[in-house]
Amino acid sequence: MRLKSFKQGIHPGYYKGLSENGPIKKCPSPKKVIIPLSQHTGAPCKPLVERKDKVERGQKIGEADAFITSPVHSSITGTVKSIDKQPHPVSGSFDAVIIERDESIEEKEWEKGVIDLEKISADEVRKKVREAGIVGLGGAAFPASVKISPPKEKPIDTIILNGCECEPYLTADHRIMLEYTDDCILGLKVIMKTVGAKKGIVGIEANKMDAFKLFLEKTKDEGNIDVELLEVKYPEGAEKMLIKALLSREVPAGGLPMDVGVVVHNVGTAVSIVEAVRDNKPLIERVVTVTGKGVNNPGNFMVAIGTPFSDVIEAAGGLKDNAVKVIMGGPLMGIAQSGLDVPVVKGTSGILVLTADETDIEEEVNCIRCARCVDHCPMYLIPTEFVKFARGEAWERMDSVNIMDCIECGSCAFVCPSKIPIVQYIKLGKLALRNLKSKKG
Amino acid sequence: MKGNLIISVSPHQKEKPSTPAVMRGVIYALIPAVIASIYYFKLRAFLLIIVCIAGTVFTEAIFQKLRRKPVTLYDGSALLTGLLLALVLPPTLPLWTGFLGAVMAIVIGKQIFGGLGHNIFNPALVGRAFLMASFPVMLTTWIKPGLFDAVSTATPLSMMKFDHSVTSTLYLLLGNTGGSLGETCAVALILGGIFLIIKKYMDWRIPLSYLGTVFILSLILYLIKPGQYATPRFHLLSGGLMLGALFMATDPVTSPITKKGRYIFGIGCGVLVIIIRTWGGLPEGVMYSILLMNAFTPLINRYTVPVQFGGRKK
Repeated sequence: MRLKSFKQGIHPGYYKGLSENGPIKKCPSPKKVIIPLSQHTGAPCKPLVERKDKVERGQKIGEADAFITSPVHSSITGTVKSIDKQPHPVSGSFDAVIIERDESIEEKEWEKGVIDLEKISADEVRKKVREAGIVGLGGAAFPASVKISPPKEKPIDTIILNGCECEPYLTADHRIMLEYTDDCILGLKVIMKTVGAKKGIVGIEANKMDAFKLFLEKTKDEGNIDVELLEVKYPEGAEKMLIKALLSREVPAGGLPMDVGVVVHNVGTAVSIVEAVRDNKPLIERVVTVTGKGVNNPGNFMVAIGTPFSDVIEAAGGLKDNAVKVIMGGPLMGIAQSGLDVPVVKGTSGILVLTADETDIEEEVNCIRCARCVDHCPMYLIPTEFVKFARGEAWERMDSVNIMDCIECGSCAFVCPSKIPIVQYIKLGKLALRNLKSKKG
Repeated sequence: MKGNLIISVSPHQKEKPSTPAVMRGVIYALIPAVIASIYYFKLRAFLLIIVCIAGTVFTEAIFQKLRRKPVTLYDGSALLTGLLLALVLPPTLPLWTGFLGAVMAIVIGKQIFGGLGHNIFNPALVGRAFLMASFPVMLTTWIKPGLFDAVSTATPLSMMKFDHSVTSTLYLLLGNTGGSLGETCAVALILGGIFLIIKKYMDWRIPLSYLGTVFILSLILYLIKPGQYATPRFHLLSGGLMLGALFMATDPVTSPITKKGRYIFGIGCGVLVIIIRTWGGLPEGVMYSILLMNAFTPLINRYTVPVQFGGRKK
């Protein structure tokens, strides 16, 4: 059978064996959590609590009045210690609520309810998903309630559940698919019902055959849900690539999946949506892969949002002496961290600890125009042009070479023999271009 | 964990081959051709290779020092240029001429444009073109291979062009003919080319379209007038075509960056070779075909930019 896939892309080393075999373990409840008021794409939250307030696990502590936003909740029961600027794994630093745990009070748990798919209404689902603060758990952290509220003029016919997990090292989605299979499928059905989609597809990369077989078995009586096997290639799990691979539809440049009648959700997000709709449980914990050769006992952990990286790494046996780099996310798109005091946020799919021999920091040499970047770009862009224009600070010309279509997957820099930090130039170019455009009004 | 964590932008892991490694790979791929040249042309070949490499490496270092730029000999590109230049020169060439060609290859072929990655024309071919213009007789004097005494001869292509005498395919494959140092032994060059394709140090599109075009055009000519025109097999194996198609036209710096562009580049080279060989005043046209297409590379790039994902209008 020929596996479904997209054109170009790369074949990195995967190293998933480090962490994919054991079940998800619970990371011990932290003594304190740092809950940033922005953990999502969209308007940041305003705090709903003050210093010294008592808060309960699951209590909403921040929200904003906007369409594209997502509230934040306390992940432990305790007392608000401060609300101020704290380290943030994505933006460097951001306003956050620090809560100290009260060990004398037992943490609140949620009982499993039932979902009657016939009875639930779309509005109820949207409201619950929004109130629960659910965002895309694949990494981009886009508010889930917005994704399941497409405008009327964009009818959705297909929901794709993204089980690719194409980033090397990460295995959180893999474990979720194995351990929360029923909730994944139920989540898919809830989303299909909410947006009125007739068809559901679960896309799984061929390096997770156990999950593929499990889903095939569990959906064999579902006429409108397909389970598809995809080629192991990066970035197979990028929305646009995945839609192209599964449905041969190309999301127009600058457009969204809904423009081709599709909504894509990560498998972990689907589980969280079920927990919100069925149990009224907000998004206060997530599965995080702690891995890399620089950590003693790699594995997957259920971690309370706001737990400092240091606590999570401790749960995984601590750092080895030769650890040199700590990354939030995977090795291809993850963000290197300067310290371990940053908290796990909703978008933290992994904590990757690399040793010196696992990370590549080679000296940059001149571009030899070999065009490996061009040959591998999944968006069919010309990365050499981005580098040229960024070095010459010709920001406006970057627009003409479609820099805004770049998904920053890093395939170009991965294959570059001259070790040019292409993604850095691209990020710089996009920022400069945005500033330029906003100045012009 | 000791000391500070390393901070850098993603991706944090990269594919192995570095530019210096790719350059080294191409040099390794030329080893069979170097061995063949020394086997056939003895000490002359060995000395010419040494002198040309010394010329390019020395010139690159001096030029970068004078411009107060970091000396980047470690990238291996100057060494490769010297080696390629030597392989396209006749074995009888005086050593000082080879050295001069090497100096010119680096100065006007590469450094004057800003060094590695910025040149428009293949530096080794620029060096050869300079010598061809300055010392045409020296550049077209050939000797029989395998002998310690120089016995002059003609190349298979000029024998074909001016005498209609055909060299045997076996001789062309093994390299037992008159010609430039590295161009005579097709087998050695093909071995190197296979190595480059397997290691992914070279894109197969240019050699395929270049050799394919030469094959098809020469076949058409041959079918029209078998007595007058050479067979496709002869065209493919004679002269500098294998060396040019596998090691010169594929120079990444001077060939197009788009996949479509690389096909156009290869086809263009192939058409030019056949035109020059068949109707031109010279017996061989590989050098000029590549240099001419080098000049077209920026234009080809411009007109073959792929439509970005989702950019096609419905």
